[in-house]
Amino acid sequence: MAQMTMIQAITDAMRVELKNDENVLVFGEDVGQNGGVFRATEGLQDEFGEDRVFDTPLAESGIGGLAIGLALQGYRPVPEIQFFGFVYEVIDSISGQMARMRYRSGGHHTAPITVRAPFGGGVHTPEMHADSLEGLMAQQPGLKVVIPSTPYEAKGLLISAIRDNDPVIFLEHMKLYRSFRGEVPEGEYTVEIGKADVKKEGNDVTLIAYGAMVHACLKAAEELEKDGISAEVVDLRTVSPIDYDTVLESVKKTNRVVVVQEAQRQAGVAANVVAEIQERAILHLEAPVLRVAAADTIYPFSDAEEVWLPNHQDIIEKVNIVINF
Amino acid sequence: MKYVLDNVESQFEMFQILNEDGKIVNKNSMPDLSDEELKELMRRMVYTRILDQRSIALNRQGRLGFYAPTAGQEASQLGSQFALEKEDFILPGYRDVPQLIWQGLPLYQAFLFSKGHFHGNQFPDELHALSPQIIIGAQYVQAAGVALGIKKRGKKNVAITYTGDGGTSQGDFYEGINFAGAYKAPAIFIVQNNRFAISVPVEKQTNAKTLAQKSVAAGIEGIQVDGMDVLAVYAATQAARERAINGEGPTLIETLTYRFGPHTMSGDDPTRYRTEDMDNEWEKRDPLVRFRKFLESKKLWTEEDENKVIEEAKEDIKKAIKQAEEQPKQKVTDLIGNMFEELPSNLQEQMEIYKEKESK
Repeated sequence: MAQMTMIQAITDAMRVELKNDENVLVFGEDVGQNGGVFRATEGLQDEFGEDRVFDTPLAESGIGGLAIGLALQGYRPVPEIQFFGFVYEVIDSISGQMARMRYRSGGHHTAPITVRAPFGGGVHTPEMHADSLEGLMAQQPGLKVVIPSTPYEAKGLLISAIRDNDPVIFLEHMKLYRSFRGEVPEGEYTVEIGKADVKKEGNDVTLIAYGAMVHACLKAAEELEKDGISAEVVDLRTVSPIDYDTVLESVKKTNRVVVVQEAQRQAGVAANVVAEIQERAILHLEAPVLRVAAADTIYPFSDAEEVWLPNHQDIIEKVNIVINF
Repeated sequence: MKYVLDNVESQFEMFQILNEDGKIVNKNSMPDLSDEELKELMRRMVYTRILDQRSIALNRQGRLGFYAPTAGQEASQLGSQFALEKEDFILPGYRDVPQLIWQGLPLYQAFLFSKGHFHGNQFPDELHALSPQIIIGAQYVQAAGVALGIKKRGKKNVAITYTGDGGTSQGDFYEGINFAGAYKAPAIFIVQNNRFAISVPVEKQTNAKTLAQKSVAAGIEGIQVDGMDVLAVYAATQAARERAINGEGPTLIETLTYRFGPHTMSGDDPTRYRTEDMDNEWEKRDPLVRFRKFLESKKLWTEEDENKVIEEAKEDIKKAIKQAEEQPKQKVTDLIGNMFEELPSNLQEQMEIYKEKESK
């Protein structure tokens, strides 16, 4: 098996699907000859030609509309939004249009579109590039929202997303693109959308996260181990829909939970997870379910990212509260 | 049935005053600038070129953050800014920091903007401008609003906004020029066509032969200008400003230019999408070289003048970067404090939590 970074695994997934299905089209700003600003589409235009992998004019709204139109012609578009911070420019195409294509046509039309975009923070981008806007997407019925945390899952989930007959928002955490390598099988395989994964088993407390915060949880779990606290780490992998079977199984085992998100605290994915846990398993809880999240400000200017982003110490602090409750 | 595209496109000819050799080719359009003003234009271009070189070096040393190089675009940026009055309002794109500086933004704040510190965006009251826009084209719609406000207030000023060739593909671009046209608002829309939107060449951006012609559909005036010719850019902007304050509506100005450097210092590699021949071709049109030749022919510029500016720029930059580095680090409580006039309850609570964390 090859060792790949997450971005290489993402490129590989698109390569596999471009080969598999002639209806797959990859496009966006700078994705052609330049291979994308992060190089996620590196080499794909050379391999598959400009008909299949192409640059668009600079207009996110145009990219979203184009994807919908191509889907109506039987294509399977994989548009890239250069940074998910720019999603506001295309929010009508995503939330207003593609999310309700199947619904409003009673299943006559569909939108088998995978919108890929780098998101999250911690890599010192200029303003409005970095943010964690998965909550916005998760609140929109009609969309699936997928966030991988490892190269293996990135490839398997992206292939699943491209094959899905409904729109999938596929969010790639910028900090994970090149921060480590992992084993990635060659050729095709899928990881099921809507299934969480236990990244580390434990008995005393459950840490629930997704994206880059999975790694912060693993680091926290490692430290906690030294203090004799055994933490289980659940990686949601899909934040809409959420796999509550896996979540609840872990909750019933540990009886103590901390939900972690990089996004701001208000109205986010973590709030939703906490609400569902108390509705479905309150009698299994030994302590209130706590959250680790960022402050309710606009995403910070790059020089303040370190002090603003949640980290493993914030997680340990909350774990100690639920353990000693 | 009659189609007019060819006729319309052929009407847009590049307006030029100084050719590549620094010779005046369009005497009638020569702007009325004193010798001192001509020298000041050169001084600003040289200073800005040095600022660009130093900013790139500081970025590489990790002392600056986000930086979009400006070399090659000085005539477009500074020629247009030179036509402004103090009370005019600038809505810049992310590469348009030089216009802000020459309109009164202290250099250390420009550096703080680059470093990602909010104080870089806390402009002095006397500078009428927004901080550089990051979302491509968003400034165009806002410029229509600023211009309409200026008109409603009865002020004799303009709103001027900048984007690039890529920006003309955004819906906001069309909405902005159309709104300003509909209200006959005193706006100047500058498109610095530097041929590439990051990597995508303008030929792939649009089927239009010129970007200036996009003005026609909005019913506003448009002109294509040699963006490497500071006198042409100045003259075109000044004429647009006159029309705007006389109630004759907005103007779209396309300046044909080139960025000699990468898109930004964040990993862009122009060799992936531009040829060396193309770079060389455009370097021959360097706005500084051309204007220097012109001034030298008029005995207005010497090597000594040039060196004086270079030293002055270096000295200013040294002081400004030091001042920027001395700025206190941002805290989460600073960020919370900037959210609302009065903090809502959730943020009051978080303010207390972070105050305590920061006191440890």
